[in-house]
Amino acid sequence: MMTDLSSALMICLPELILAVGAMLVLMLGAFGGERSTGAATMFSGAALIAGAFAAALGPHGTLFAGAFHMDQLAAYSKVAIYVASAFAVVMGYGWMNRSNERKFEYPVLILLATLGMSMMVSAGDLISLYISIELQSLALYILAAFQRDDARASEAGLKYFVLGALSSGILLYGISLVYGFAGSMGFTQIAHAIAAGGANHGVVFGLVFLICGVAFKASAAPFHMWTPDVYEGAPTPVVAFVAAAPKLAAMVLFVRTLSMGFFGAHEQWAQVLLVIAVISFVVGAFGGLMQRDVKRLLAYSSIANIGYALLGIAAGTQLGVQAMLVFMVLYMIDVTGFFACLLALARNGRPITQISDLSGLKGSKPGIALAITALSLSVLGMPPFSGFWAKFYVFKSAFDAGLWQIAIAGLVASVVAAFYYLRMIKIMWFDASPAPVDGSPSEARWIAFACALFSFPVVLIALHFLDQSAGLAAASLGLH
Amino acid sequence: MPLTAIAFYLLAIVTVVSGFMVITARNPVHSVLYLILCFFSGAGLFVLLGAEFLAMLLVVVYVGAVAVLFLFVVMMLDVDFARLREGYAQYLPLGLVVAAVLLGEMVTVSSAVANRGAAAANATPQAADLHVSNTQSIGQVLYTDYIYFFQAAGIVLLIAMIGAIVLTLRHKPSVRRQKIHEQVGRRRRDAVEVTKVGVGEGISE
Repeated sequence: MMTDLSSALMICLPELILAVGAMLVLMLGAFGGERSTGAATMFSGAALIAGAFAAALGPHGTLFAGAFHMDQLAAYSKVAIYVASAFAVVMGYGWMNRSNERKFEYPVLILLATLGMSMMVSAGDLISLYISIELQSLALYILAAFQRDDARASEAGLKYFVLGALSSGILLYGISLVYGFAGSMGFTQIAHAIAAGGANHGVVFGLVFLICGVAFKASAAPFHMWTPDVYEGAPTPVVAFVAAAPKLAAMVLFVRTLSMGFFGAHEQWAQVLLVIAVISFVVGAFGGLMQRDVKRLLAYSSIANIGYALLGIAAGTQLGVQAMLVFMVLYMIDVTGFFACLLALARNGRPITQISDLSGLKGSKPGIALAITALSLSVLGMPPFSGFWAKFYVFKSAFDAGLWQIAIAGLVASVVAAFYYLRMIKIMWFDASPAPVDGSPSEARWIAFACALFSFPVVLIALHFLDQSAGLAAASLGLH
Repeated sequence: MPLTAIAFYLLAIVTVVSGFMVITARNPVHSVLYLILCFFSGAGLFVLLGAEFLAMLLVVVYVGAVAVLFLFVVMMLDVDFARLREGYAQYLPLGLVVAAVLLGEMVTVSSAVANRGAAAANATPQAADLHVSNTQSIGQVLYTDYIYFFQAAGIVLLIAMIGAIVLTLRHKPSVRRQKIHEQVGRRRRDAVEVTKVGVGEGISE
């Protein structure tokens, strides 16, 4: 479908706002220096909000010979990603102010990473898939190593970069095989080729490599090796960003690639996804038991949660995709709140990272303790918190698709994982406090409270709207 | 035709062997030199396929810029390669197992595909229009059909540039920089002072 230039520009308006905004902020920072960090932050936040409005209200369509899809699915994920990124910009600004390291490049890199994610959720072609993943991950590597004088942050950045480069190699190998055997890069043409000739060995072989490459970026086990180290070493606001938006982007990329391009090979890829999902939630549940560091713990928790979300995709139904979309957004809110709580806590000017440091939080910071408790209960899936509804949807869709063995394994894993959240709650409320905690910065505290309030009781009202828009988004893929 | 086949097998063998030498050579400078050899024979393969422009690009960009840059980095950075290789023997068995499994799978798949006659179906790709040269045909699509990818790749490069600056640039206050307007605008009286020095006296600061 050919579209003329002005309507084409309107369709990709959110991306244009982000790209042009990032370059303007870069100019502002390059000429204004460190003093302009505040203005750069404000402008980046404004660009993200404007992008979210453009994505929600703008026209839909397909551009660049099928390489760029703007549909209900893309709009839904773009709004969620932009809002999460705006939170990351705000948290990062407060953190830079406190650590006396104001750098205008932080909001620029967040904007560019967000641009990459927004291209990921719209990718309808293997080239745009690869370029958008690179765009997003390259910005994230730099952000992980942002505190360059901190040895652990540099280590985190380097590990992320080397393993990310390896996964890109795997991804490209898969793409080249798919291109060779299906004869095309576009998802619709690949779907035609599979429908015409059946899923031959070559395509499936390439597809497995492709899935492995994307699973690396989504930190699904057994491709999760980088996750705990990056979460532990990278600056907390960066981890809050890495843990939320990129996961949704990778999941939407997964679902669009698999259901638009490779639905003819559903039986083959569903097996691969189920194996990855089971390994993910087992590794996430049991790996988390040994952790002493809160950020490492959250890393294992994210691995387990990616496993649950993959169940929704593996079901291969419209309800499964809808469940995955609801799950990911509720999880993003929980995890953003968690990291905001961590940002709000410090003792003698040093951020709290060990689980044992949380002891006695009830006395010194009852509000934050309450927020962490609500968020923990939500992530472990306790009704009526948001995490319960998220897991309920995913497991229900898995049961409906006849994957009940896997769903039961997932339920068992989430019971095991409940142990480490409950231990954290016990340490906060019933252990004695070793030393007083510093005053917490207001922006982190407000974000933490807002997310905790969302997990309960706001979710009871919001769930209806979330479910509706996720349903519309899932319907745009044309599954059953 | 046999000449093309001989050329193909010669270039392909050189590519694979030099690629293998890149990762096994003890001296990192030798690795880079093997990499250059690998690029050259890859360019030869492109010429055999009729893609002269890509072949030239490979030589100019990869051999001319990237590989030479690698050579600079390897020679200038003081990396202890002996220490980097310490774990090599330890991880070698596991790596070999993974590589063997992967190789076995690839051979199985390619032989299965070849048996079904896929090679005949996917014969050498032919240019769509024989009257349009390589460069021209790339130029026709690069800024039209592929504008999206082209611009996105540009942004990837921009991020790489920002990253290099963020992670390495340090403003040292002790470094003296050239300020040409100040240096040119300096007057004689700012720099030179004429004083009378009495007999037997020195000059105090």
